[in-house]
Amino acid sequence: MTETWILLGATSSMARAMARQLADEGANLLLAGRDMADLEAQATDLALRGATSAEALRFDARDAETFAPIIAKAESLAGEGQINCAVFVGSMPPQDAIDADPSLIDGTVTDSFTGPARFLQMLAPKLEAKGKGLIIGVGSVAGDRGRIGNYVYGAAKSGFATYLSGLRNRLGRSGVHVMTVKPGFVDTAMTWDVEGMFLVASPAQVAAHMLKKGRKGRNVLYTPFFWRYIMAIIRSVPEPIFKKLSV
Amino acid sequence: MSWKKDTWTGWGRILKAEGELARPERSAALAKLAPEAPAIGNCRSYGDASLVSEGRAISMVRLDKILFFDEADALIHVEAGATIADLARILAPRGFLPAVMPGTGFATVGGCIAMDVHGKNHHGAGSFGQHVTEITLATGQVLTPSDPLFKATVGGLGQTGPIASAKLKLLRAKVDVMMVTERRAEDLDAFLNLLDTSEATYTVGWIDATATGDALGRGILEEGETGAGLVPPAKRGRRVPFNAPGWALSAPIVRLFNKSYYNRVPAAGRTSVKPIDDFFFPLDRIHDWNKLYGKKGFHQFQCVVPLAGRSALKPMLEAIATSGLASPLAVLKRMGPGRAGHLSFPMEGYTLAVDFRNRTGTRGLIQELIAEAKAVGGRIYFAKDSVARAEDIPGMYPDLATWAEAVNAADPDHAYETDLTKRLNLRNAK
Repeated sequence: MTETWILLGATSSMARAMARQLADEGANLLLAGRDMADLEAQATDLALRGATSAEALRFDARDAETFAPIIAKAESLAGEGQINCAVFVGSMPPQDAIDADPSLIDGTVTDSFTGPARFLQMLAPKLEAKGKGLIIGVGSVAGDRGRIGNYVYGAAKSGFATYLSGLRNRLGRSGVHVMTVKPGFVDTAMTWDVEGMFLVASPAQVAAHMLKKGRKGRNVLYTPFFWRYIMAIIRSVPEPIFKKLSV
Repeated sequence: MSWKKDTWTGWGRILKAEGELARPERSAALAKLAPEAPAIGNCRSYGDASLVSEGRAISMVRLDKILFFDEADALIHVEAGATIADLARILAPRGFLPAVMPGTGFATVGGCIAMDVHGKNHHGAGSFGQHVTEITLATGQVLTPSDPLFKATVGGLGQTGPIASAKLKLLRAKVDVMMVTERRAEDLDAFLNLLDTSEATYTVGWIDATATGDALGRGILEEGETGAGLVPPAKRGRRVPFNAPGWALSAPIVRLFNKSYYNRVPAAGRTSVKPIDDFFFPLDRIHDWNKLYGKKGFHQFQCVVPLAGRSALKPMLEAIATSGLASPLAVLKRMGPGRAGHLSFPMEGYTLAVDFRNRTGTRGLIQELIAEAKAVGGRIYFAKDSVARAEDIPGMYPDLATWAEAVNAADPDHAYETDLTKRLNLRNAK
């Protein structure tokens, strides 16, 4: 049966890669984001690549008014079918910009945590009623431990991961699965000019990994897989030592 | 954000650039970057056409959307970073194909325009640019074929600035498979006669560039026609995991390989059915096949000589065969007159393309071949070259000065120069 997918932050590199794979499967795609011109173009492209339908919808994590119409649209499209949602939104201002203007914290937390959490909170009862559905929430390895370079972003993603963990606990009881994804280095616009990147994965690889494991019921996914071990090491460094490191 | 220090190479992996790259993911981002640097695609040009040393280039590969498709008019509007293989994969089930497809499906639409590439149907369909009905530059300027800048952009090596998107007239054909006939040609004359008399829509000749004596110029002519029917899809590509050792393509091994490759086709010829990709993009099944040449990389020489210059092919092949430097990849094909830009490569005649290992003597041999092609009124292909000198070019491309004038007017600050245009001093042609 045709699945209906809501992609929040659909202009992101990973979302676009996932959208193409879902188009191949013939899904209904709701592309939610802010750059409407880009989303409209993407919708045309995805329909030609095999999506049953593809539509651009405005979503702004900082504007809760945009949330309900997306959910309503998904419900009308899906009918009796399954609704899934993948969350790619987030923002990462440079830490020194935040140091200069602490008010940037509010936006970062809204974009990366509270905005998408509020959206999922509204969506959750609809999926519960259907008794099926898949939510893929993209967190970050940056959320596993606060580090000097991006701890505000990390804190927001950590909060989002905790939220997803709770949502999984709740929705699992009604047959809806929630997967938390922690991507390592992915070759996206966000990381393009970041120095010191290694073992960088392509958005297409990561998207395929996410879809495969999400459907198999994985709870927390590090992608590529070896990030599980890298982060295990980073988490295990004792705090007295860790606080002196700049990793 | 945007620019990143990087090192990248042409497909032959001999020439490389250290510079800065940007890779916009949305058209709005491209528009901001476009005045600063030329665009590059998947870097399938062998030499330095996609290189900008100590400069900047914009990688277009993430801008690959189909913007519009009109089945009734057989017209598609695509972003410049879309690849030909991607288009073929999406269009074939709907009964269409790009009208012209180069030998690698990894080539981007922008790259195909900038090189005015040709395919196995050039004798009938003409060049890629002849099927482009509109080009939108990243600056927003829209060019139609009647616009003077159109001819400077098609085949224009990116010198009129990044192309954002283009409209392509498609071939309407129900294509599920290719029906391919392979026939042996015992020597060069037999080969050229087969090419001259072929009536197939798609033709390409593999030539044994190591054969000497009576067998000089022997090879296999492949003729293809599109067909409808079902075959399983092509298998997933394999990768070449590491650089091959230096002896992998040494003279005795290549001679042995070529002999068996030639003999694999029965003397009477044969017809078989192949998946579309296998016929059009035979090498794409092996990703990174350029690593087979080892760390030193390789050169490709490609020229076209006019029909009247046919006699030049024999001494060229003799020089190639006796050098022991040729690889199994060598192609001979007849071209038609079709071309769409001032600097387009095609002319009516015969085109010869040969890969060479990068060894002592390779550059000298290619220099010699360039001179021989030029002497009979032929020319070399900018998408392949990494050896020619500035003085080699003017006689080959009669419209070079016209092109340079148009391009310099459009880009007075020379923001879009590449290592290729500088090496061959193309923009200062008088």
